[in-house]
Amino acid sequence: MKLLALLTLALPLLAQQHGTDPVQLDTGARIYSANCSVCHGPDGDQVSGVELKRGKFRRASTDDELAKIIQTGIPGTAMPPNAIGSGNLVALVAYLHAMRDFKTKKVALGNAAGGKVVFEGKGGCTACHRVNGKGSHMALDLSDVGAVRTPGYLEDALLEPETVNLPQHRYIHATTLRGEKVSGRRMNEDTLTLQIIDSNERLRSLTKADLRSYEIEKETRMPNYRDKLTATERADVIAWLVSLKGSAK
Amino acid sequence: MKSLLFFTTAVALTAQATPDQLLHADKTPANWLTYSGNYNGQRHSPLTQITPANAKDLEMKWVFQADTLQKMEASPIVVDGVMYFTQAPNDVVAVDAKTGRMFWIYQHRVSPDARLCCGQVNRGLAIHFDKAGDTLFLGTLDARLIALDAKNGKVLWDTQVADPKLGYSITEAPLVVKDKVILGPAGGEYGIRGFFAAWDVKTGKELWKVYTVPAAGEPGVETWSGDSWKHGSAASWNTGSYDPDVNLVYYGTGNPGPDWNPDVRLGDNLYSCSVLALDADTGKLKWHFQFTPHDAADWDAAIVPILADIDWKGARRKVLLSANRNGFFYVLDRTTGKFLQGTPFVHQTWAAGLDENGRPIRLPNTEPTVEGTKLYPGMQGGTNWYAPSFSPRTGLFYVSAWKDYYSFFSKLPVTFNEGQMYFGGATKSAVQPIKRGPINSWTDVAGHGEVIALDPQTGKEKWAFKMHDVTDSGLMTTASDLLFTGSREGYFWALDARTGVPLWHAITGGQISAAPVSYMVDGKQYIAISANHSVFAFGLR
Repeated sequence: MKLLALLTLALPLLAQQHGTDPVQLDTGARIYSANCSVCHGPDGDQVSGVELKRGKFRRASTDDELAKIIQTGIPGTAMPPNAIGSGNLVALVAYLHAMRDFKTKKVALGNAAGGKVVFEGKGGCTACHRVNGKGSHMALDLSDVGAVRTPGYLEDALLEPETVNLPQHRYIHATTLRGEKVSGRRMNEDTLTLQIIDSNERLRSLTKADLRSYEIEKETRMPNYRDKLTATERADVIAWLVSLKGSAK
Repeated sequence: MKSLLFFTTAVALTAQATPDQLLHADKTPANWLTYSGNYNGQRHSPLTQITPANAKDLEMKWVFQADTLQKMEASPIVVDGVMYFTQAPNDVVAVDAKTGRMFWIYQHRVSPDARLCCGQVNRGLAIHFDKAGDTLFLGTLDARLIALDAKNGKVLWDTQVADPKLGYSITEAPLVVKDKVILGPAGGEYGIRGFFAAWDVKTGKELWKVYTVPAAGEPGVETWSGDSWKHGSAASWNTGSYDPDVNLVYYGTGNPGPDWNPDVRLGDNLYSCSVLALDADTGKLKWHFQFTPHDAADWDAAIVPILADIDWKGARRKVLLSANRNGFFYVLDRTTGKFLQGTPFVHQTWAAGLDENGRPIRLPNTEPTVEGTKLYPGMQGGTNWYAPSFSPRTGLFYVSAWKDYYSFFSKLPVTFNEGQMYFGGATKSAVQPIKRGPINSWTDVAGHGEVIALDPQTGKEKWAFKMHDVTDSGLMTTASDLLFTGSREGYFWALDARTGVPLWHAITGGQISAAPVSYMVDGKQYIAISANHSVFAFGLR
């Protein structure tokens, strides 16, 4: 009976979409980082005789089998069962197929405690970002960024923010038919409506029919820290961010 | 008393259940008898009670929530006030079409051998009418064809169509023609050898079978290098159409295997990415037209072929209309398969155009590479399997299009292993191909969805209804010049079929990946649509 339930979970996998979608791969990388890297290592080669990056698995020849092994574990080995929901499982399997070519830049980490000081002080990061309840909601909450992002990605975010700040984090400016000006970060959008967090940190849903104008900022608001921080300060900030794994588990 | 009167009217509208009923679906507009509503695939309801003037008065009459989170792609069929549809994985449900209350449910337990590329999806049922009792037909994910008593859901016969361990599955709604039930298997991502077959509606005995990939010694095998035909795929995962005058069924076929490494299968790869015209009695191939020879993008021709009789260059002509994933909209003569016209309906960067026979003139450097080749349209295509519609009143062909959508196509070395994914590459796009979560603020860079109206005479776009997100919804038109469609965003829209102007919408709260149907019970017209894992029915206030 249990087996049947697991199979049902595994079935939606098998998708043509595996390994194709950057958002899904990011999710998969996060799940991997949270669940697998302790034993398998960030590069998937820490267990003797297992090289995940090869994309070939001794006990699994299909995505189904791989998913099943992840969920049920391998009896008699150190591989435990993992309770990963079907959506995340799809992403993880996709990532396992793609990890060889996934962002692999190695970055030196500094001192995390020092990084926290820079993050909250000189860097001015909390003017937009929030960590563990401290800071603004206007940009993304980074309380679990270490579970989501690699050090290489975080360095890119500091040095070339325009390359990592995806369009879904852009600011918008709207004017309602009544003349009210509304600005904020776009959280979601469809044909008729727009969900934002406005500059007063209010969650607002706007109906496009009620807007006189609506613009999306073309550039990211994330500053470039190449000149704003020293290399040592950046390495410290990255170490601090990497240590943030989120409190809820 | 009043309802009794209405009931009598409804019965009169639906007439007697006879095998011929399917041939004359337009004479029983209260019913929706096949996947497309009618053999011609037009998905056009003759019902006119709901109009552009009163569409604003539509409201939800009932909703049916399935006990599964898997999205529905089924198009219901409706017979004399009873609606039949499927829910994941392979349940069949019979409900009162007026209230959504259930008469019976049949639950098929899918074998763990089933291998599915794209979810536990099923696109619906077929029905055969007989004085001795009506029969429903279900194709299953573990590649069985099952006949059910329409009155109680009991199995009448159950046959294994192909081996699910090899990747064969059935997702399309079967098609009943006379005393046969016809379908083909999905499995194009597993290197299956596609086919179509027909079974006796009474006994389940296989009556004919024709492969979509020719074997050694057969004509067409020269379009496959080496033994590559053995894993050539050309699967089927959407229902065909039927023209009783010429007794031909028309089916689209899927991608050649492997999807994105075309080097292992040099040649045109017949009959992948094609439309096939098969004799309904024997399965004999009368003609074929290949939209994308030597496809390397996964551009299936799964969309329902629309059969229409139109004025063409001064004479009445029986044509087949099809918009293809490859970005071109085609007009073919459906008696002979002759190419009449082909025009791009979305931005495309892979072909210089079509030659006089409709063959694409492929541009250089458009095949997948190790690094990835960027092409418009992307992997899901300019459209896909989303049910199109044709209105004989407006003369327009309507289709869900993905505009300004691209993918990177990359190729990888590949070897065939039985029952395993046979991709030979990967694709990458900012748009998730089949389903996305509830958050979307991407599509300003990644493409968007539109419902477009194309004039078959010119191939030109008459109007477009633009959405923020892409759309996987099918369409339906009515004889009152309404067009109904859904969206990934969960909106269900009524548009003016002549102008594309939105007249009404409902919020279903889940991605719509199915096509609408219309029917009438007790003198009242309904519109039904599956959204995510629920079925909604709308009617006038």
